[in-house]
Amino acid sequence: MTGIANVWELATRNMRQSGIAVAFVAIVALFSVLNSNFLSPGNITNIVLQYSYILILAIGMVLVIIGGHIDLSVGSLVALTGAVAAVVVIKGGQPWWVGVLAAIGVGLLAGAWQGFWVAYVGIPAFIVTLAGMLLFRGLTWVVLDSISLSPFGGTYYQIANGFQNGLLGGMGFDVFTLVIFAIAVVGYAVMQWRSRMAKLRYQQVVESLPLFVVKIVIVAAIVMWFAWQLAHSRGLPNVLILLAILIIGYSVIAQRSVFGRHIYAIGGNLHAAQLSGVKVKTVNFWVMANMGFLSAVAGIVYSSRMNGAQPGAGNMFELDAIAACFIGGAAVTGGVGRVTGAMIGGLIMAVMSNGMQLMGVDQSVQQVVKGLVLLLAVAFDVYNKKRAGVAR
Amino acid sequence: MSEPILEMRNITKAFPGVKALQDVDLSVQPGEIHAICGENGAGKSTLMKVLSGVYPHGSYAGEIVFDGRPMSFGSINDSEAEGIVIIHQELALIPHLSVAENIFLGNERRGTGRFIDWNRANAEAAGLLAQVGLQENPVTPINQLGVGKQQLIEIAKALSKDVRLLILDEPTAALNDNDSEHLLGLIRELQGRGITSILISHKLGEIADIADRTTIIRDGQTIETIDMSDPTSTQDRIIRGMVGRDLSHRFPERTPQIGDEVLRVEDWTVYHPTQVGRVMVDSVNVNVRAGEVVGIAGLMGAGRTEFAMSLFGRTYGREITGRVLMHGREVSTATVSDAIRAGIAYATEDRKYYGLNLIEDIRRNISAAGLRQLSSRGWVNGNEELRVAEEYRASLNIKAPNVLTPVGQLSGGNQQKVVLSKWIYTDPEVLILDEPTRGIDVGAKYEIYTIVNRMVADGKAVLIISSELPELLGVCDRIYTLASGRITGELTAAEATQEDLMHLMTTEKELVS
Repeated sequence: MTGIANVWELATRNMRQSGIAVAFVAIVALFSVLNSNFLSPGNITNIVLQYSYILILAIGMVLVIIGGHIDLSVGSLVALTGAVAAVVVIKGGQPWWVGVLAAIGVGLLAGAWQGFWVAYVGIPAFIVTLAGMLLFRGLTWVVLDSISLSPFGGTYYQIANGFQNGLLGGMGFDVFTLVIFAIAVVGYAVMQWRSRMAKLRYQQVVESLPLFVVKIVIVAAIVMWFAWQLAHSRGLPNVLILLAILIIGYSVIAQRSVFGRHIYAIGGNLHAAQLSGVKVKTVNFWVMANMGFLSAVAGIVYSSRMNGAQPGAGNMFELDAIAACFIGGAAVTGGVGRVTGAMIGGLIMAVMSNGMQLMGVDQSVQQVVKGLVLLLAVAFDVYNKKRAGVAR
Repeated sequence: MSEPILEMRNITKAFPGVKALQDVDLSVQPGEIHAICGENGAGKSTLMKVLSGVYPHGSYAGEIVFDGRPMSFGSINDSEAEGIVIIHQELALIPHLSVAENIFLGNERRGTGRFIDWNRANAEAAGLLAQVGLQENPVTPINQLGVGKQQLIEIAKALSKDVRLLILDEPTAALNDNDSEHLLGLIRELQGRGITSILISHKLGEIADIADRTTIIRDGQTIETIDMSDPTSTQDRIIRGMVGRDLSHRFPERTPQIGDEVLRVEDWTVYHPTQVGRVMVDSVNVNVRAGEVVGIAGLMGAGRTEFAMSLFGRTYGREITGRVLMHGREVSTATVSDAIRAGIAYATEDRKYYGLNLIEDIRRNISAAGLRQLSSRGWVNGNEELRVAEEYRASLNIKAPNVLTPVGQLSGGNQQKVVLSKWIYTDPEVLILDEPTRGIDVGAKYEIYTIVNRMVADGKAVLIISSELPELLGVCDRIYTLASGRITGELTAAEATQEDLMHLMTTEKELVS
């Protein structure tokens, strides 16, 4: 089995993943041609800030979907956790971190509540989280007394609106941002190299050395260009750091941990997973509880960005998060999907919304376009599976 | 010989990367029962899909002549309009609908206008049921009937469509001997009424009994068509044609080296999961020794799978009582993980439903039960996983381009080898195999038996549950018989005959009930 894979093999080995990446690049290219401001440093920073909470939700959602479930309650839970933080910090006058801990506590509790019904009582997640959607929205009103609370100000406000910059000075741009990204790129290259060496030790197929180098250089160039743009705007957003940690952490959990494998196994064939010794109830419980945790993180980011909590916050977020997963290649029936795919799916939605907003496209048209993109992405999936002869 | 009712000439059908059929010829005489034999993946099902229009005209090369006229079917509806009806291996009945509703599904009996005339439908259904020898009420939901009766209802459904050529794809694969016999009798009866049948089957005894002629397909090509009345048309000849080699022994040789007792199950009793008070397994006592292959023979419904699954992590039944001892010490098998840790592995009879994650690749299916060995502190060593998968692919001869192939794309025999790999990798002391060769071809069966032999040569113990008596007699050292949840006999394979076993598997049943 040892050998060198060529470009074509690499591209076709994972049609769905490469297809979605190509679509993403094409959409970015399209908008940058249509609107010269699209790739400006300010706008790129904006996209990151504006859609970060959807991406955070999509990380948890993709695990839920891989496990064969769905979570409709995340929008309401974003509102509830934000409201709890607002009550603690604004009304109660507690320091920012107490608000953060309270929100995460509530998120975990809500997730555990739903996990209990899904895993141990055996009620389909669709029903449990539909109930949760109403339940948490109602509780948000109770917690907020049906009025908005603002402003947070101070450190809590900085979570979603702050930047790491000026730490190393700069000449019209932020050196610190560039240094952080450079370290990340070097880290990426080293990891890739070590993985390549390990694969060779196990006599697996790898790409040829020149191709490997080209791949690393291209990735490095894109990432450093992105860093350059950020550095020319306001520096490195706090949210981006948080997002990077979550994406890397959860990707590794999904792909390399026993827990992650068990989620895929349950979504792929519940009965086979059970008979293979997977503790189905425990895994389902933690998948739902984790979604509650990430909803709280998204709730904190969102309330911080809005600098307050509103009873109607987070409305329809669940649908954006679910759409991101399906555009990113997750299967409706479970067992298939990736965190990185969901991130690209979320970014496609983000880039399209932002691009259309810049061009002054009407809100109604934006909705129509997003709906069509979701439909086409899944249709592309179904078509591919039929061609591969997997669909039955 | 008269004009053939069906002639398929030079049928060639290619899928991306594979040629499934190449210049296949098939000629069927009116009123005959024509069997098609071939290993899994030989192209039998593909040929039948071409014939019935599942693969529409134009997606294959070659011609189909039915009743003297060339045919170009665009869909299943076109072929059914000509009286060609196919009954698939996996039954296509809707569980919650009634017998009559299923029979006339897609072909509803209309009254006035667009509305269904239920009286007419039920009355006609009752007539059709009588023709297939069933005395069920047409309004009974399908899921209240057993698999054997469901199979007969499929035939009734075919009769409702004025069938002239009936294609049966492994109709008896899921049936016990009684039901099989009944079904084959019915096919013969239909023959008397002038209905031509094509029968795809792995059960060579069945073919020898019923078929007039047999066409053998291998690797997408017609090998030969033989007349079954010819005395040289023996099972061995068919096997030779199917595998392209002489299988002088259908079971590999083994010299048993039996050691100490490994597994002992005492007074194992299991109740039905929903029907209160119904005993499914009744005070069963069995034991297996190291290096020994022990069989459990029982008809469908005897409690074989119920016994195995209740033993393996209590995945079946309730109010389970009894003791499980490994090497003389009592162990808990309350959960699947407990059972695996105790050294028990169970390869299910229903590999698609219980055994495999079909959308996942070979590698991850093999590692699914053994991630504990592949991981430290909850992190999986992906490279080691790949190495293990490659090792099993090579040693169990799993035929696939590589271990990243989804198991859903493999043939039945290769899927079964993946299931075996998964359980052998957990390094069990006792391997329980539930119908390990169901629906797989002769060549792969031989390979599975070889794997079993290798296991016991390593000092493991193997427990085989099977309804194929020749298989049990061929592989086992000792055989228990099970009827109505009770052990009714224990014989050494050397002294047992098929008749003895069948006797023990049925007589007690009548006594109990």
